[in-house]
Amino acid sequence: MIEVSLLDPFDYLSIPLGEWVEAILQYLVQNFRGFFRAIRWPIDQVLDVSETILKSIPPLIGIILSSLLGWQLAGKKMGVFCAITLFFLGMIGVWSESMTTLSLVLTSLFFCVVIGVPLGILSARSDRIEKIVRPILDAMQTLPAFVYLVPVVMLFGIGNVPGVLVTIVFALPPLVRLTNLGIRQVPEDKIEAARAFGCTPRQMLFKVQLPLATPTIMAGVNQTLMLSLSMVVIASMISVGGLGQMVLRGIGRLDMGLATVGGVGLVLLAIFLDRLTQAMGERTDASNTLHWYETGPVGFVVRAYRGIQAK
Amino acid sequence: MTDTTDILSIRNVYKVFGEQPDTAMQMLRNGATKDEIFEKTGQTVGVFDASFSVKKGEIFVIMGLSGSGKSTMVRLLNRLIEPTAGTIELNGKDITGLGDADLLDVRRKEMSMVFQSFALMPHMSVLENAAFGLEISGVDKKERNRRAQEALEQVGLGEHGASYPHQLSGGMQQRVGLARALTNDPTILLMDEAFSALDPLIRYEMQGELIRLQKEQERTIIFISHDLDEAIRIGDRIAIMEGGRVVQIGTPEEIMRNPADDYVETFFKGVDVSKILKAGDVACPTSGCTIRINGSVQPFDSANNDFGYLLDNSDKLQGIVPLTGLDAAQTNVDHLMQQRVDQHAAVYSDDMVKDIVKKVANAEYPVPVIERNGTFCGVISKDRLLQTLSHT
Ligand SMILES: Nc1ncnc2c1ncn2[C@@H]1O[C@H](COP(=O)(O)OP(=O)(O)OP(=O)(O)O)[C@@H](O)[C@H]1O
Ligand SMILES: [Mg+2]
Repeated sequence: MIEVSLLDPFDYLSIPLGEWVEAILQYLVQNFRGFFRAIRWPIDQVLDVSETILKSIPPLIGIILSSLLGWQLAGKKMGVFCAITLFFLGMIGVWSESMTTLSLVLTSLFFCVVIGVPLGILSARSDRIEKIVRPILDAMQTLPAFVYLVPVVMLFGIGNVPGVLVTIVFALPPLVRLTNLGIRQVPEDKIEAARAFGCTPRQMLFKVQLPLATPTIMAGVNQTLMLSLSMVVIASMISVGGLGQMVLRGIGRLDMGLATVGGVGLVLLAIFLDRLTQAMGERTDASNTLHWYETGPVGFVVRAYRGIQAK
Repeated sequence: MTDTTDILSIRNVYKVFGEQPDTAMQMLRNGATKDEIFEKTGQTVGVFDASFSVKKGEIFVIMGLSGSGKSTMVRLLNRLIEPTAGTIELNGKDITGLGDADLLDVRRKEMSMVFQSFALMPHMSVLENAAFGLEISGVDKKERNRRAQEALEQVGLGEHGASYPHQLSGGMQQRVGLARALTNDPTILLMDEAFSALDPLIRYEMQGELIRLQKEQERTIIFISHDLDEAIRIGDRIAIMEGGRVVQIGTPEEIMRNPADDYVETFFKGVDVSKILKAGDVACPTSGCTIRINGSVQPFDSANNDFGYLLDNSDKLQGIVPLTGLDAAQTNVDHLMQQRVDQHAAVYSDDMVKDIVKKVANAEYPVPVIERNGTFCGVISKDRLLQTLSHT
């Protein structure tokens, strides 16, 4: 018998990792309820506002507004494209679910930007911070969502707010990474020129580094949006509403129709957001020499107004 | 143009790149060379015991081969690179110990820089780029745009304010770089190989522009170059660097005539001397047979000379006479005056050698060189000219 236990020492050598985690969670739930409420609060507010706005806009107005936005950002073609995508979304009957999903995605984008961009800036400025942040981001990206779904539910309950929270965890890393990268990639000679003309570190950041890093940061925003959308289905397991919920229900009931409609809706929404943010990234490129108010519908109105004034 | 007050004095400045500059400094004091230090400690000595001063209103060129420490030197002046040791005095005030705020002030008001790579901001229009320095200093928009526009007009880009840098050619971009530096109205302009990225024609044009601007505004310019022709053309004085050391400082002629060592000499090898030397440098004061005529003809020696140069009491040149067949003992002033060559050629001592070649070649006598006030200072024969030009 001794032989056996020598060859398999794990009979008596073991770390009760699972139990520890559970104990810690129990402890947290019981003692830090206020803290977790405090985290919930801002998410709740933003989510409420965006959902109310998106849901209260009638579909036709929504389509018109977003195609105007598309036109402004990237020209007439983009405007038409936006209109068609959204129209199709309405036709397959998922407008309301799409708006729920959109508000979730936008809320998590909001928090990702609020957290991610400053974090990216900090890690661009200090190698030490970058060294600390990097493995955390790695963990956030590689850890399967299911692993933190359970603790999040234990700490925050179910519903849209914890859904946004897990989405943030999953979608934040590329924004931090790309902000960091964008700032570090600003050419050395521009930095030197700015220093030679007497920039303070703050002026350097706002007048040189951030403007030059904007295309890269916008690529990060785009990635964050896409990841948020892909997280929506998983988040629907903790009873997050919207398109993800449709897909999940469809799978559960083996209702291929329902699942497909939800899936197609998600894809359309993804294409819409992807093209729009890409266009925004390109706008910030140096090659664009017209001011924003000289192009698109705004430019149209401005020109018309000037025309009237000239008469 | 050049007055003699020193605007910038650099004294015993060292720069060591690396983690332990102290160790390297210790070794330098004990006489180690740059290579030894790099082998033993891995530290690079960028600038080694540099001392020189720049006079107000001059164009001071720092020259040297790649890696000789020119860029490092110029960045020490506005402390983009911190010196490891030594003092740098601007208008008599040491700037090596300045705190952040004072240092920013120096960069904003006293020194502006022009870069080899232009280093314009791609997200700003030409006008915004030119106004960048003032924007940083917090000058309000109207004022800074006005001054930027002025600077753009000085460099001939008044019409391009609304363009973006990528829409301009390299030469135009560097004009914007120059305008950006001029907008701040700095006392000192630092230019690190500012024209090296431009093609020869544009470069020549820009050099002319710089000389013109400097004449108009009497700015002090510190110009880095590895192109000797450029250095000679624009530089009032040149400092030559080798391996982090300043090996010689002087006017182009001084360095040309007395190179401090082989390095400097090789540097000047193959340079077109006719562009550096002036007639006065070449004229041989003892050559040519001078005949002094104050009332009577003073005795002279016509041996070995085919022509004589008649000088009056105050050394002014009165004429040239052929000496063949002339009897020194029997001649008088009137006779000499009749024998003079018609309309003899002469050159001024500050004419560039390149500009007198034709005159010397065409004259049948060695051409006399005179000061602007008419004083005779020597002659240049064809032989002498050829010897000078064949200097390698
Ligand atoms: N940041 C740095 N870290 C380490 N070594 C450096 C650094 N900057 C310059 N050096 C070293 O200092 C020396 C001088 O470099 P510097 O750039 O001043 O030369 P340069 O004369 O401007 O050459 P070039 O004509 O190629 O521009 C070189 O040996 C270089 O390797
Ligand atoms: Mg250099």
